[in-house]
Amino acid sequence: MTATPLLRVEGLEARYGGAVRALVGVDLTVGAGEIVALVGSNGAGKTTVLKAVSNLLPAERGQVTAGRIVYDGLDVARTPTDALVRAGLVGVLEGRHCFRALSVEENLVTGGLGRGSGRAAIRADLDRIFSVFPRLVEKRRALAGLISGGEQQMVAIGRALMGRPRLLVLDEPSMGLAPKIVAEIFSTLARLNRDERLTLLLAEQNVTVALRHADRAVVLENGRSVLEGTAAELRARDDVRAFYLGLGAAPALTAA
Amino acid sequence: MSPDLAFLVEVLVGGLLSGVMYALVAIGFVLIYKTSGVLNFAQGAMLLFAALTFVSLTERGVPFAGAFVATLGVMVLLGLTIERAVLRPLVNQPPITLFMATLGVAYVIEGAAQLAWGTQVHGLDLGIDDTPIDIAGVFVSRFDLFAAAVAGLMVAVLSLFFRYTRTGLAFRAVADDPLAALNTGLRLPRIWAAVWIASGIVALVAGLLWGARLGVQFSLSLVVLKALPVLVLGGFDSILGAIVAGLIVGAVEKLSEVYLGPFIGGGIEGWIAYVAALGFLLVRPSGLFGVRSVERV
Repeated sequence: MTATPLLRVEGLEARYGGAVRALVGVDLTVGAGEIVALVGSNGAGKTTVLKAVSNLLPAERGQVTAGRIVYDGLDVARTPTDALVRAGLVGVLEGRHCFRALSVEENLVTGGLGRGSGRAAIRADLDRIFSVFPRLVEKRRALAGLISGGEQQMVAIGRALMGRPRLLVLDEPSMGLAPKIVAEIFSTLARLNRDERLTLLLAEQNVTVALRHADRAVVLENGRSVLEGTAAELRARDDVRAFYLGLGAAPALTAA
Repeated sequence: MSPDLAFLVEVLVGGLLSGVMYALVAIGFVLIYKTSGVLNFAQGAMLLFAALTFVSLTERGVPFAGAFVATLGVMVLLGLTIERAVLRPLVNQPPITLFMATLGVAYVIEGAAQLAWGTQVHGLDLGIDDTPIDIAGVFVSRFDLFAAAVAGLMVAVLSLFFRYTRTGLAFRAVADDPLAALNTGLRLPRIWAAVWIASGIVALVAGLLWGARLGVQFSLSLVVLKALPVLVLGGFDSILGAIVAGLIVGAVEKLSEVYLGPFIGGGIEGWIAYVAALGFLLVRPSGLFGVRSVERV
């Protein structure tokens, strides 16, 4: 963490509709090649942070009221989402948000269109995504609205990967999925991080899984970042174990 | 064919063909609604503006092709201007705000058209005579056939465009989930601009055909009122729905006018479509083809 981080969030405050204060002071950094987890309970502001990072808040009638976000030298608040995507900052929304009436393959292609890829690049990237998520090959013609939740998450991640991201921002990739699928998705992400140095920032309620794969984590409480450290440090802390890992989960973690 | 049956077929065919004209207007609505969730009330005013511009140019001696190209250019500019000056600043506002904005735009366009081209009624001759031709004992209007062919061609082009081009795929993505489209890096303002241009072109085609049929005058902008029941019936977000519902509305209007008219007095044609649409709303609020979401059960 000596080099300039890829993403830096400083003193971020945000509100929705001019009234509801969602964030009151969030600081975090993501260095190139890292996996950083943003953890916290429901309503802590994880999704708002990630939407601010992709400059999506204006589309939800929200706004950043203080602080700043810098991605690779770009002032995020002044950079439209599509320009961020082309600069390599690509997000996967909470709840997957596949284009339900489009086929799996068409969903993936839109990710290439967003990046501005040419036909040849899109074809090459499609092959790559199908090798990352082999399950999707046989579903390529199926409508994305009709495949399973886990497959939809793979489509959503695959669509983002079609944008050839340097920083992939994931909001609750485990939401509503069976533990086995969650493990599969996380090990895929970890492999992309290891082999291709894909930097990851992910928000997770499933703190156990998040801390197992992340290098570092930031804990968010009531719209404020309250704790930051390496995953190992956080796992060892009594308060984190009690609040986020649950008593039952703690022994299993130490055993692993 | 017995004379009675021939007459029925004639009424039916006449109704279906006039339904195509309704569908033409409705398609303009669908394009914009599908991609930006805006019910563009100004579609009728755009249609009037196109017809009026075209007629005024030809009356000043501009040849047909030249006037068509010039009007096309004007409609592209008009569509771009509305999107840029009115709707883009209002992006993320509630649908009712956007609808009211288009209502305002409708009156501005009508006023501007009046200012630019005057208020008199113009005749518009596309060079297709409206004489009936005899097809297997059924008389069909030559003009109606031409209009149907034009509409068919336009729908075919639009469908191919949506199905097989990159921009078409981006359109469908935005229509399906705008937030996800934004997040994927698709440039929504560009897509909206493109869609307003497209609806301007649709307005031009519909304006010429309607103008040739009714004469170019201010009541032309009221054809939107003919398109509304079509939209309710077909679903606001389906081009196929607009076509099928246009045909249904056209057929229902003509058939009820001819066969029910004598019993409950004439003029059914004016309101029966609304009755049908209202009844339909109770049964299927999203319309025949307005499938809002693909959902696993």
